[in-house]
Amino acid sequence: MKIPKVICIGVSAGGVQAIQNLFLALGEPLIPALVIVQHLPENAHLDLDLIFGRFTSTRINEVVDKMPVEPGKIYFAPAGYHLQIEREGYFSLSWDEPVHYARPAIDVLFESAAWAYGGDACGIILTGANSDGAQGLAAIHEKGGLTLVQDLDEAEVKIMPRAALEKVKPDYVLPLQGIGDFLRQFKQVGAL
Amino acid sequence: MIEVDPIQRHLFFEGIFMRYGYDFRQYSEASLNRRLAALLAKYNTPSLLELLSQVISSPEAFREIVPSLTINTTDFFRDPQFFRTLRENIFPILKTYPSLRIWTAGCSTGEEILSLAILLEEEGLLERTTIYATDISSKMIKRAKEGIFDLPSMKNFAKNYAAASGLKTPSEYYTADYGLVRFDPRLLQNVVFSEHNLVTDSVFVEAHFITCRNVLIYFNRELQDRVLNLFRRSLVHRGFLGIGSKESVRFSSAGKYFEPLKENLFQLGNEKT
Repeated sequence: MKIPKVICIGVSAGGVQAIQNLFLALGEPLIPALVIVQHLPENAHLDLDLIFGRFTSTRINEVVDKMPVEPGKIYFAPAGYHLQIEREGYFSLSWDEPVHYARPAIDVLFESAAWAYGGDACGIILTGANSDGAQGLAAIHEKGGLTLVQDLDEAEVKIMPRAALEKVKPDYVLPLQGIGDFLRQFKQVGAL
Repeated sequence: MIEVDPIQRHLFFEGIFMRYGYDFRQYSEASLNRRLAALLAKYNTPSLLELLSQVISSPEAFREIVPSLTINTTDFFRDPQFFRTLRENIFPILKTYPSLRIWTAGCSTGEEILSLAILLEEEGLLERTTIYATDISSKMIKRAKEGIFDLPSMKNFAKNYAAASGLKTPSEYYTADYGLVRFDPRLLQNVVFSEHNLVTDSVFVEAHFITCRNVLIYFNRELQDRVLNLFRRSLVHRGFLGIGSKESVRFSSAGKYFEPLKENLFQLGNEKT
């Protein structure tokens, strides 16, 4: 299977635990960059290392504008900004209007990834109480990128994965452990 | 989202640049894609070329679309910590100058100017300060000059002002009437408004402090680099620069000239220019 250049993950309500579990299931480090949009209140200040650091040994970055997208690293959207990927291979932020009441919005990241990376983008929708991400996942799907959705039986809040499933027939519908197992085929050579 | 055809997009911005001199060619493409898609939806056409032909034949039509292409979202005392740091760490140094020049680049509808003016007033600096407020859009400048806002835009004023360690009752700075808020005109007395295009225009002031927050995010790396170098050349020796909380100087060749303080405030370093 072709290795994606970037794996984009969208998650909302129930997200902290879902991401922690996914990191545990992933083991260590992948070849693609892992880019995560988690819905947050506008002024939230999350200590990402504190919340997620002990679940992965991969370096976690909160994106600042124009930061390069580098393989093998984990990136989180900062609170209050939309996160986008540019074709030149770096991130850009925007303070445009919220989408689906969310900023950062999953659709914004996914649509920019589909535009910038085409079929080399992969999109994953996890638990959440919002329909954000469905359209973005469709955009990645249309470009031939890989799409995954968390199994509804497992998702803490099912609205977001359900909205995605209504819009797209994804390549895989899996629980977090399954998503982790699947993504491990993209692990770096030499990694355990 | 309507997918924007890259060729049409290229021609659209070339056309606007040739006709009006507004250069969006180095703006962040991902942001512009969304704005263009929204514009196409608004004008109910799938074709940017069709929109371009309207826009190049009518300056009025062009002025209508400029605000949709630029950044106009802002807030009073946005990121209050920034203003707190200004007050506590930067103003004490600025106070040593007999007169001050401050440039707010990309002033938009004026919230940042008023926030700054209030702070300067409270620190006894307003009288000796000239604020140069520039924006690419004449429409925005006209609004900023008025100092009038509707109530929704005042939503965060009191909270942010307090968090920025504001000293007074917020309403001392404005009068509210018929759902509109009018700021004390004294605050804007020493503000010089002008159209300035960060993409094409050059140094016009030697400033002690430049603030340009959440404007650089809309530029691509090359343009960001140009603008940061423009700021560097527009500052006095050891002058200060403030950028948005998620913006960075480190992806620019100008980065090495700026010494980081905190809250994304920088001081021009001693490195030879």
